[in-house]
Amino acid sequence: MASAKTSGKKHSFTPMVHTYLRMDNRFPHVWCPGCGIGILFAALIHALHELNIPRDKILLASGIGCTSRMPGYLDTDTFHVLHGRALAAATGVKLARPDMEVVVVGGDGDMLAIGGNHFIHAARRNIGITCIVLNNYNYAMTGGQQSPTTPRDMFATTAPYGAIDDPADACSLAAASGAAFVARTTTYNFVQLKRFVKTALSRKGFRLIEVVAQCPTIFGRLNRMPATKDLIAWIKGHTVTLEAAKKMDADELRDKIVTGVFVDREVEEYSDRYARLIKKVRNAH
Amino acid sequence: MRRLVSGNEACAEAALRAGIRFFGGYPITPSTEIAELMAEELPRVGGVFMQMEDEIASIMAIVGASAAGVPSMTATSGPGFSLMQEGIGYAAMTEIPVVVVDVMRGGPATGLPTKGSQGDLQQARWGTHGDHPVVVFAPRGVEETFALTLRAVEVSERLRVPVILLTDEFIGHMREIVSFPSRVEVYHRQRPRVASSEYVHYAEENNYNAPYASYGEGYAIHLTGLTHRADGFPINDAPTIRWNNERLRAKIEDNLAYLEDNYVDDDPDADTLIVAVGSSARSAYEAKLLTDKPLAYIRLLTLWPFPDATIRGLARGRKRVVVPEMNDGQLCREVQRCLSGDTELVSVTRNDGSMLTPQEVLEVL
Repeated sequence: MASAKTSGKKHSFTPMVHTYLRMDNRFPHVWCPGCGIGILFAALIHALHELNIPRDKILLASGIGCTSRMPGYLDTDTFHVLHGRALAAATGVKLARPDMEVVVVGGDGDMLAIGGNHFIHAARRNIGITCIVLNNYNYAMTGGQQSPTTPRDMFATTAPYGAIDDPADACSLAAASGAAFVARTTTYNFVQLKRFVKTALSRKGFRLIEVVAQCPTIFGRLNRMPATKDLIAWIKGHTVTLEAAKKMDADELRDKIVTGVFVDREVEEYSDRYARLIKKVRNAH
Repeated sequence: MRRLVSGNEACAEAALRAGIRFFGGYPITPSTEIAELMAEELPRVGGVFMQMEDEIASIMAIVGASAAGVPSMTATSGPGFSLMQEGIGYAAMTEIPVVVVDVMRGGPATGLPTKGSQGDLQQARWGTHGDHPVVVFAPRGVEETFALTLRAVEVSERLRVPVILLTDEFIGHMREIVSFPSRVEVYHRQRPRVASSEYVHYAEENNYNAPYASYGEGYAIHLTGLTHRADGFPINDAPTIRWNNERLRAKIEDNLAYLEDNYVDDDPDADTLIVAVGSSARSAYEAKLLTDKPLAYIRLLTLWPFPDATIRGLARGRKRVVVPEMNDGQLCREVQRCLSGDTELVSVTRNDGSMLTPQEVLEVL
């Protein structure tokens, strides 16, 4: 990887990342200082770069929310869709252009609440999409409302007395729906995050990565962890690996973030299946 | 070739011949036959049929496929059409061509799944929030369903707008003889002729036949439902917001002559004008034939943009304007806008799931 020196500091990867960004007119970006989305964005760019995926073939799609602002900054084809509907729109793109590498990013609210139905069915079909859910436990863009993943007893502007809902589990949902690849990691573990994204991009079918990320400005402040380091320490403190989790009971696991690869299996990607159907139908006539 | 087909069959056949190669849909009476036919026929021509998980997914899937360069369509009815509205607004804002067929049934809510109505005339125009461009065609029967489906695909691709085809349960399930043309001219959207560094997705040069890029062609385009600048990126300043709104409005206003399509049967001696649309226009015209009184008649094949000037001209100096329709007066409201002076406006409505009859129109003539 190229290294460059700017203002006396060594930046080993920034110049490469910049070549993937719409640097000329899209910055500064919308995200708050300390936000976890940039860590995911960097991991994604590194993964795309290291796998040498042609720029013309990349589509980054999203719905609405903080994470969903990511496509605006990536210098490839990008698709900022309606709230919750990125997977449905990306399904259309993938079937129209099966040669494209389709990546969909979104937050926990976008993907699991308003977009929950599309999430289930994209996974069920195993449409060729890498879906990355950035889980920061709240609707941050609109100011910190309760999301489907807000943990029990934690606070949100619409859960001022603490959440009483049980949270949704994106990985279990994707696995139960039939996704080919399912993994969870956190922004604390950049190396694992990048590796999971690379692995996901190398697989076929529907691939889900849930990335637990810090939102210090909104979620952190509402939950007495306004400093980025406090929230990252909280995430780290609640993280257990899949291997360790196997030795823990349900009670111990209740508030834990289990990281690792839950599903990794070979499937026939949906658009390949459709191409086969077309061939069969045409040969029969 | 002449064949006896239903409105829904004619619609599917026209869509295939017009070059629709992606269909995303969800079952709903009385439109389902269109999806079933597309499921059977699209793979035969190398296209894709997707049964999506709901109507919201259907409209967004066709938006996605069209953004990736494939002419795309969906078909639905009232409840599904309501669910699609946000997606139709997205297609209007991002200028992605899509065709939405609404086979109208009685409403509101679940209403009358197996009975026809014209209850979506205003929803077709104003169903999504905000001011937005939309083109709406309304056939009177099966043969015109074929012709207007062809036209819907063409207009959508040429102007980069969502086009809505409003049929209804009566037309969708009615069988009539259609003379199918042996050959259909298909318009193919123009790809940009400039390098990606020079390309502006929403160039000032708007409208008719303007070239535009699709995904996968190397133009690194950004599509967003946010109000945006010419390069597609979101912006919040008032002049650019006005520019964006005006651009969307202009693509309809600059093309009124191309879009307007009426059947006019004028009579200079007539003191009464009938304004009709869709299947109920059949009864209106039948009433005109049954009476000896001189009558002027206009039927709108293009419902939106509304032909204000034409109706104003035809109504000028007449004593009465009669508007028959199968809802509680949605077309009548629009005609009222075009009238001036002492012209009396007579609304003839039937909204019980049955066809308006020629006798009901005759009673007021």
